[in-house]
Amino acid sequence: MSEIVSTAEPAFHTEDMTISMGPQHPSTHGVLRFVVKTDGEVMSEAIPDVGYLHRSIEKIGEKVTWHGYVPYTDRADYLAAMFTNQAFCMAAEKLASIEVARRGEFCRVIACELNRIASHLISVGTFGQDIGAITPFLHALRERETINDLMEEICGARLTYNYIRIGGVGYDITEETCRRISEFLDHFEPIVDEYNRLLSYNKIFIERLANVAPITLEDAFQYNIVGPNLRACGLKWDIRREIPYSIYPELEFDIPVGTGEKGTLGDCYDRYWVRIREMQESCKQLRQCLKMLPRGPAIAKVPRRFKPPAGEVYIRIESARGDMGFYVVSDGSEYPYRVRIRTGSFTAMSLIEKISRGLMVADLIALIASLDVDAPEIDR
Amino acid sequence: MQALIDQLLQEGYFAGMPHQAVYAIAMLLAAFAVLSFFVAPLAGVTSWLERRVWARMQSRVGPNRVGPQGILQWLADGIKNLLKEDIIPTDADKWLFSLAPYVVFVGFLATFVVIPFGGHLIVADLNIGILYILAVTSLVVVGILMAGWSSNNKWSLLGGMRSAAQIVSYEIPAGLAILNIVLVAGTLSMQGIINNQGWAPWDWYLFYNPFTFAAFFLYFTAALAEGNRTPFDIPEAESELVAGYVTEYSGMRFLFFFFAEWGNLYVIGAVATTLFLGGWQIPPVTDNPTLQGVLQFILFFVKAYLWVFVAMWVRATLPRVRVDQLMSLCWKYMVPLSFVCLLGTAIWMLIWPQGNRLISGAMFVLGLFILARFFIRVNYQIQKARPTLYLKPHI
Repeated sequence: MSEIVSTAEPAFHTEDMTISMGPQHPSTHGVLRFVVKTDGEVMSEAIPDVGYLHRSIEKIGEKVTWHGYVPYTDRADYLAAMFTNQAFCMAAEKLASIEVARRGEFCRVIACELNRIASHLISVGTFGQDIGAITPFLHALRERETINDLMEEICGARLTYNYIRIGGVGYDITEETCRRISEFLDHFEPIVDEYNRLLSYNKIFIERLANVAPITLEDAFQYNIVGPNLRACGLKWDIRREIPYSIYPELEFDIPVGTGEKGTLGDCYDRYWVRIREMQESCKQLRQCLKMLPRGPAIAKVPRRFKPPAGEVYIRIESARGDMGFYVVSDGSEYPYRVRIRTGSFTAMSLIEKISRGLMVADLIALIASLDVDAPEIDR
Repeated sequence: MQALIDQLLQEGYFAGMPHQAVYAIAMLLAAFAVLSFFVAPLAGVTSWLERRVWARMQSRVGPNRVGPQGILQWLADGIKNLLKEDIIPTDADKWLFSLAPYVVFVGFLATFVVIPFGGHLIVADLNIGILYILAVTSLVVVGILMAGWSSNNKWSLLGGMRSAAQIVSYEIPAGLAILNIVLVAGTLSMQGIINNQGWAPWDWYLFYNPFTFAAFFLYFTAALAEGNRTPFDIPEAESELVAGYVTEYSGMRFLFFFFAEWGNLYVIGAVATTLFLGGWQIPPVTDNPTLQGVLQFILFFVKAYLWVFVAMWVRATLPRVRVDQLMSLCWKYMVPLSFVCLLGTAIWMLIWPQGNRLISGAMFVLGLFILARFFIRVNYQIQKARPTLYLKPHI
């Protein structure tokens, strides 16, 4: 507030305009709401108001069986449903000490990385649209359609997969699907370059994003920013590397971090650029997985009446939106005693109030888009 | 037009009617004819074409159901919007709210009075033609501000304010760029400006000297901004201001704003063609006056529509600039540049009052070179950098 409103007595009475941005607004990515106080174009504050998409997913977890809860986790983040599946299944497996079938692990990683590409495509596509470029959005969605087709082939669903089950995966990946995935990768890698030529290197796009709303590393720690947003601040922190799970230790991949090449470290452009490069890294991982895919069963033997011993577990995985945590308590019964989901978008939302001060209304849109907040993941 | 009525009056038609009434009726009929048989289909087809062009650029199909290739889509849209309920919000200022679309519409339609479609095809060849265009297009900002204020919606207000700031600012570089041509041509009349140019490209004012060459691009950019087109479409920035000043509008009133926007695209192209691209000047191929008129009309239309296409292309490609960037682009770069152009043209006129054919030719070659470079780049993007796996279902 103090940066923009001068302390001198104004000549005439002025008031900030309070605008309710959302829940029905074209660029709030679902149903977010911000109470924006503006002085003309410049905002003095933007207070996020969450809760419009709350579906009690955590409470539902206490009411359904362990196996039966997996489809519900899809809905916690429907743009990257594979990761929520995986996190919950890993939690259940850890409680019951189940060894996951090795082929199942590979299938999981293949599905997850495809899903990461799809999620990032939505992220960068809507980013372009929020900045005003409509064409890149449709190009990104075109590629995502192909991934959806692949997902349909893998597990029969296009959005909420219910693919990863406790002990492995629901359906094995066939040779034919593997061939198609590698065909898609051959096609997709040059597309990223095309996309960069269309949007990433566009002068107006860079001008709009560089130096806008930089997040310092200190802020990122204090507000618990995770995932691509944290890496854009320059910290090389990826759960896949730091707290390895599944078969990620066997794969070779880089962790893209923000460098501040177009402006300040941790600005909107860095967050965008990290996602673009993560898609390329996911392609690399997919190729390795397809090459290393072992033979064998895709799912371990898990009893139908699944009753893990009493205990509690916290699982962290690297979702498309960063560190996703599942805290699951079991009391030894057929139902989980408590499920708690920790998501990246929620903490990212809390930061908006701090860094949005003094930005312009158009920059707020860029900020929301660059944090890749996802309404279902915030509220659950 | 006036000559025709004078002739008819002399021949004894309309005997007993006061001359003023005859003129007034003739003007109304002309306005009606232009509006229904040219402007409305033009704006409609432009809206369809824009959607189709976008769709192809975005690897979609676009509207293709109504009529051949969907060319009658605009009729379907118009009928749909006519049948919609016309909602005026309770807290809106009813008079201003209802009036605003028509003010915007009049601001754009009135320009058609002086647009020279051919050697004889002009409603009124005013001797202040280009000044008149500058003046009436300013009416658009009044309409937009009215819409923004009267809607009693904060997004509309922001959109209206943005629009006012933007249009008023960009009128300056646009006006200064136009002034280059006025200096060279020595007249404000649209037909006079075209008559001073030749049919050959090196006789166009675009290549008259380096300053008019630059002025053309200044004019086109500023005109895009005045017409609220991407990358300068901040007043109705969909992702920021919901729909800007049209947020509260529905039905036909809503359509009128877009009617004006799409029609305005053609006006931008027509003015650019008149001032810089030789207007309707055709090579001497025929002596038949009717055929000449038809050829002139076609040539003018094609030249003007080319810039409509460029505007669509730009819109499909570029992101939107921010408000402060928009203003700094105008005041820090375009206004000084256009002043430099104006000064340069004035000095040029002192040195070579009749123009310099050699430099015009050189400028033409330079223009061709730029165009060739551009097409080579586009060709490369389409042929070499082409992804091979477009839209294959199930891969």
